[in-house]
Amino acid sequence: MATTPRQTDRERWERERFAATPERDALFSTISGEAIEPLYTERDLPEDPEDAIGLPGEYPYTRGVYPSMYRGRLWTMRQFAGFGTAQETNRRFKYLLEHGQTGLSTAFDMPSLMGHDSDHPRSLGEVGREGVAVDTVEDMQALFDGIPLDKVSVSMTINAPAAIMLAFYVVAAERQGVAPEQLAGTIQTDILKEYIAQKEWCFPVDPAMRLVGDMIEWCAGQMPRWHPISISGYHIREAGSTAAQELAFTLKDGLTYVEQAVARGLDVDDFAPRLSFFFNAHIDFFEEIAKYRAARRIWARELRQTHGARDERSLLMRFHTQTAGVSLTAQQPLNNVVRTAIEALAGVLGGTQSLHTNSFDEALALPTEQAVRVALRTQQIIAEETGVANTIDPLGGSYFIEALTTRLEERAYEYFAKIDELGGMVDAVKQGFPQREIADAAFRYQQEVESGARRLVGVNAYTEGEDDAMPILRIDPAFEADQVRRVQGVRSQRDGEAAIAALDQLEQAARDPGDNLMPHLLRAARAEVTEGEMIQALQRVFGTYSETPAF
Amino acid sequence: MSAPSEKKIRVVVAKPGLDGHDRGAKIIARALRDAGMEVIYTGLHQTPEQIVETVIQEDADAIGLSILSGAHMTLIPRVMELLGAQGVDDVVVTVGGTIPGEDVEELKRLGVSEVFTPGASTQEAVEFIRNAVAQRA
Repeated sequence: MATTPRQTDRERWERERFAATPERDALFSTISGEAIEPLYTERDLPEDPEDAIGLPGEYPYTRGVYPSMYRGRLWTMRQFAGFGTAQETNRRFKYLLEHGQTGLSTAFDMPSLMGHDSDHPRSLGEVGREGVAVDTVEDMQALFDGIPLDKVSVSMTINAPAAIMLAFYVVAAERQGVAPEQLAGTIQTDILKEYIAQKEWCFPVDPAMRLVGDMIEWCAGQMPRWHPISISGYHIREAGSTAAQELAFTLKDGLTYVEQAVARGLDVDDFAPRLSFFFNAHIDFFEEIAKYRAARRIWARELRQTHGARDERSLLMRFHTQTAGVSLTAQQPLNNVVRTAIEALAGVLGGTQSLHTNSFDEALALPTEQAVRVALRTQQIIAEETGVANTIDPLGGSYFIEALTTRLEERAYEYFAKIDELGGMVDAVKQGFPQREIADAAFRYQQEVESGARRLVGVNAYTEGEDDAMPILRIDPAFEADQVRRVQGVRSQRDGEAAIAALDQLEQAARDPGDNLMPHLLRAARAEVTEGEMIQALQRVFGTYSETPAF
Repeated sequence: MSAPSEKKIRVVVAKPGLDGHDRGAKIIARALRDAGMEVIYTGLHQTPEQIVETVIQEDADAIGLSILSGAHMTLIPRVMELLGAQGVDDVVVTVGGTIPGEDVEELKRLGVSEVFTPGASTQEAVEFIRNAVAQRA
């Protein structure tokens, strides 16, 4: 590009004015290591700003997926919750709804995430610890008891056994008199990021991908208001990735699911409008906002140009945001209220459709009710008091934001090219490529913190010695015994023959890659088959997965 | 760095239970290796039995157990019990993760040498293991 008068002017300013004062000794880069200029000017805008930035609700959606954004409707305040038994979590759900929350989000415990029933030997000590234990349809019914599933949208964070949990949910709704087509919500289902970052799996990669495909296909026909997958960068970021890695790996995962569904014979416009995303909101404010804007632009372009989507709704990258758990400190925990507020603001200025704000005590344990209330109030203060929702994409056109958006977009395409060289995302995951990139980034960041180059308040700067003990939520160990009794009770009281028949049929169906497993899982759910039994039946056909340990 | 003649400290870094959070385990494994130790990383989802077997097979001097799932008061006492049952009493056991203060005391009572909670530096862990192993030698 030829040198323009403005460029020359910017250079003159830097030489004559800016350089006159020495810079302070600090790291002028984002938390992800992107170098930041002292000043951005018009020269940093995209070459064709009208095309690249555009208008809200119009291609390429950089400024937001909806024309009215928060002028039309605020984001959904959706706090993730789950611990102990279904009854206990049901009480927390009702508490959140009473305090103005507008959607529910379910956290499952580790055994549920890994496909183990609560009485499995590997579940010992883990039942209800990090989320709610759900073994059967009965547990799912108890979880949503008294909550009208045709009125409240529900999100479920579960992946490897997602199809089973969806079957439980559909049957639980059926027993409330609510049909699948009335159900609104999201189930995470993003298995690729499990192998990449979250590491809760049940099967090898290929059969796990088939199960995802079966669900997407079944939901495309039966559940028009349901998001069968939430393609998630959150866990990738929590595992230590950079913003660019989160962006690139998440979108590449999403494009991989699109390719798979198209390869199964679905029309892209039959399912793409139901795909949704989930991103982290980390502490580097502008980088996060740029990340969301870049994500929308890339997704719209790839869906239209590479995958031939014609329905405009297929192009819209709608996303949920959660503030960064990894940014919270155990030291001086009240400071986490401030971190979370800033991160939440980044999510809002980035145009999120829904938001979870973390509680200040989460570096210590699951949150107490008081901490959860402050977290929800943080969103309400942003929505009601700050005025940031008065106008759409208030940072659009900012020289810095637009330059950083373009930079992150370029970084994502660099990763796409590397992944394509490895044979696509499934192969890249099998080769451990994204896993290694993330571990390297996590290690680099840790070194920056330990050298003191990256300053963390309360950790390596402004420290105060020991903190006073905080009240934390303790999970009553009696939950585990209760839950073990519940699942064993279901097994002893059900029609044993019907359960065995449903399991046999499921196993047979698994052997035929052309058979969609969803109807078989629904039948098994209705026959009171447990999660662990279904997983084991599928593992007899699919096998199990273990990662090659590397660091 | 250790002198070439010195025997390298052997450390098993393990993830007990179903918890998949391995950022910390991988960072600490790398830091220990960079400090000149021989690191055996078990990978994820290990039972206490598998961990103790690895410790014995690898003739480890120290163990680093990384756990963020809240199941530490079930899994770590079990590791300690199995080590005792196998007559392994000369291995330095350290734990890293989100462990509430009162649980830290209880784990130490069971024979855990040190617990590193969020914000601890890898250098602290390296120094601790180096000194504790030297003292036991």
